[in-house]
Amino acid sequence: MSDFLAPDTSSETRPETKVEDSLQNPQFLVDLRQQMLRFASLQLQDAQLAEDAVQEALMGALKNSRSFTGRSALKTWVFAILKNKIADILRQRQRFVDADQLVRGDREEHDHNELFDQTGHWRKDERPKKWADPESAIHDKHFWRIFDACLNHLPSRQAQIFMMREFIELDSHEICAAAEISVSNLNVTLHRARLRLRECLEDNWFGVEG
Amino acid sequence: MKSCREATRLMSESQERNLYFSEQAGLKLHLAMCAPCRNFGKQLRILRRISKSYAEGGPEKAED
Repeated sequence: MSDFLAPDTSSETRPETKVEDSLQNPQFLVDLRQQMLRFASLQLQDAQLAEDAVQEALMGALKNSRSFTGRSALKTWVFAILKNKIADILRQRQRFVDADQLVRGDREEHDHNELFDQTGHWRKDERPKKWADPESAIHDKHFWRIFDACLNHLPSRQAQIFMMREFIELDSHEICAAAEISVSNLNVTLHRARLRLRECLEDNWFGVEG
Repeated sequence: MKSCREATRLMSESQERNLYFSEQAGLKLHLAMCAPCRNFGKQLRILRRISKSYAEGGPEKAED
């Protein structure tokens, strides 16, 4: 009951959950910063912009660190701030994809043929199988290495548009404006990215385990 | 709808927009007969769940 009445002071006196400590722990900060930089660089493809976005997100965290208990909550929150900053930058950015890439993207039309036969049905060894529980994967560092590898394996344009949609959670119209592509081009790109990504994850994680 | 290619396309698009009634009906019919496409549909939702976790710093919180 008293906790309920005075949540701020109670969280400050619990030493193991003090976020100020986490933010003053150099190793924790270095690790967190590196992870954020990787996330931002992937999406912005610009080291300086990524650096600035991470810096701002961390400054915001330092300013409001008292409202958080525990490192996990802090990370979730810092990444939420970072995500918003990246979304703003992506929305403002025009000519995100150059014309060469658009042309190359359209020439990829044949790439489903390795998955589907002439009648459009799954080739026998490409049929999606049942996957095990994703929750255990999410808590496994090895899984994330595979996920990263699969993401890096996508053509860069597919990866970036997939990330804008699924990581930054921009909606279709925002992505079309930022990347200067049509809705149908967006849909085709996301379809391809999802087909490839799920195939890669099944080949290297979910299929192997189950 | 006849093909798995088309069914996966619609399932993918349903993550960005609401499908038309006719699209939904065709998809349902296909899924009733096609286990691999049903698996694909579940995997799309898992992909979204994983991506959300990734964007929340999931890899940083995971254990060896």
